[in-house]
Amino acid sequence: MTYVIIGAGPAGVVAAETLAKTDPGSDIVLLGGEADPPYSRMAIPYVLTGIIDHGGTHLRKTAGHYDALGITYRQGRAAGIDVTGRKVALEGGGEQAYDTLLIATGASPIKPPVPGLDRPGVHHCWTLDDCREIEKLAKKGSEVVLMGAGFIGCIILEALVERGVKLTVVEALDRMVPRMMNETAGTLIKDWCQAKGITVHTSTKVTEVGEQDGRLAVAMDNGETASADLVVVAAGVKSNIGFIDGTGMKAEQGILVDEFLRTSADNIYAAGDCAQGPDFGGGFNVHAIQPTSTEHGRFAALNMAGKVTPYRGSLQMNVLDTAGLISTSFGDWEGGDGTESAEALDRDRFKYLRLNFKDDVLVGALSLGRTDHMGVLRGLIQNRTPLGIWKARLMDDPHRIMEAYVAHAYA
Amino acid sequence: MLKALNIDPGKCTGCLQCELACSFENEGVFNPSKSRIKVFNFHDQGRFVPYTCTQCDEAWCMHACPVDAISLNKLTGAKEVNDNLCVGCKVCTIACPFGTVNYNSATGKVIKCDLCGGDPECAKACPTDAITYVDADWTGLDKMRKWAAKTDAGQQAAH
Repeated sequence: MTYVIIGAGPAGVVAAETLAKTDPGSDIVLLGGEADPPYSRMAIPYVLTGIIDHGGTHLRKTAGHYDALGITYRQGRAAGIDVTGRKVALEGGGEQAYDTLLIATGASPIKPPVPGLDRPGVHHCWTLDDCREIEKLAKKGSEVVLMGAGFIGCIILEALVERGVKLTVVEALDRMVPRMMNETAGTLIKDWCQAKGITVHTSTKVTEVGEQDGRLAVAMDNGETASADLVVVAAGVKSNIGFIDGTGMKAEQGILVDEFLRTSADNIYAAGDCAQGPDFGGGFNVHAIQPTSTEHGRFAALNMAGKVTPYRGSLQMNVLDTAGLISTSFGDWEGGDGTESAEALDRDRFKYLRLNFKDDVLVGALSLGRTDHMGVLRGLIQNRTPLGIWKARLMDDPHRIMEAYVAHAYA
Repeated sequence: MLKALNIDPGKCTGCLQCELACSFENEGVFNPSKSRIKVFNFHDQGRFVPYTCTQCDEAWCMHACPVDAISLNKLTGAKEVNDNLCVGCKVCTIACPFGTVNYNSATGKVIKCDLCGGDPECAKACPTDAITYVDADWTGLDKMRKWAAKTDAGQQAAH
């Protein structure tokens, strides 16, 4: 049996390891598209802050890790798939035959249609190569413009601030982290950042990146222009699925997979940021987050190896540190029709907690300024724990969430 | 035979010796806020419940870590944080459905129970045997384990 995995991010690496454990003796080929060994994009901001070096981003730290497990690591990028001949065509020629295939090609940053984004000094912060360019340009006192204050933008923001740059953030929507934080929390994060000396423009679009006196000039639709030594573009990501064109494989935002992580093509599975899989809250969605990618990788591999294991669906969740202000969001954090919400807000101390319930079950949560026992929010949501009398107590005081959890854990 | 922390909330008097012992062993200070074990006080029932990591088989924290900073100590069964590798991204703190991994802003790293390398100070400090360190398979951990199993993202899978 030859298993081939396209993509050596967290989903691909966990899948390869799980296959090695579940089907020992099989051939496992892990295809990586970059020159660096398998690494974590999530860790790149911590290279920029100097907490780790480039090696610190590597997904596995032990020398010979993949060889020892019988995993063949091969550098190569998929150009297409021959689903009848069961072969992956590689960019630059060459091919890789498979019996069972996992597509774990991840996602790529979106380059919005703004003139000037191909100028030198304009970078995404996505790969280790991007990181090397940013390290050169983001020096203490450099002027940097960050396009996009979404989740990824804000992780980069933290790193840029630590490097001591003079930072301007431009976000098209009306608040920071609009896909993870509601208006209350997103506005508080903006206030926090501004108090730390960061210039934040919300409801503002970059109209052009030009050049003036040898430096970048970032024009905005509010009429202002910011000069910059570096522009970092973090305007969202999209699944890497272009190479499946012509295979007939079903895809929307990502490659559609069922509860066994199977695509619509025979013997082909998909996992991670490129997969649109079962959502714990219902339907099928791309959840481009670390926990989902590793869960996808593990469940896909078990099913590929014949160990039938349905996946209950991924739960959207994020944790973010924005220049020292820590925020989290879980599941249905917005709340809405059919949900009830409990809120506690202390604007002066930048503390906020919002719990969303459906009947007496927690379905989503948001927090600012809290770091203790945050995982129980996931536990309660994912377990669909009926909170009983604790629902009323939490409506009255959402801070008692850990008590509610412990009371049920020992019930 | 692996040993595990067995917690019997019925015996806990809320003296917080465990929290002090834990924070002193791990952080060098007597500061309950830095303890990896936490005693919850249910005022209205006059009950105290010590709570910490069960070193669950699912090891959500370990699998969610993007930089391989959490690993299994094969001797104790504990999932241990390697401070030299941890970047402080906090993903494990939201991935752990038991809420037993916390972020320490003073160090920029996460902290969790590591069973003190096989000699847990909380159990030694507990004057009423509410916390004991015993053979893993006969402890009252079953309840917690069932809770753990229910929380898995899918049906239980060998891994």
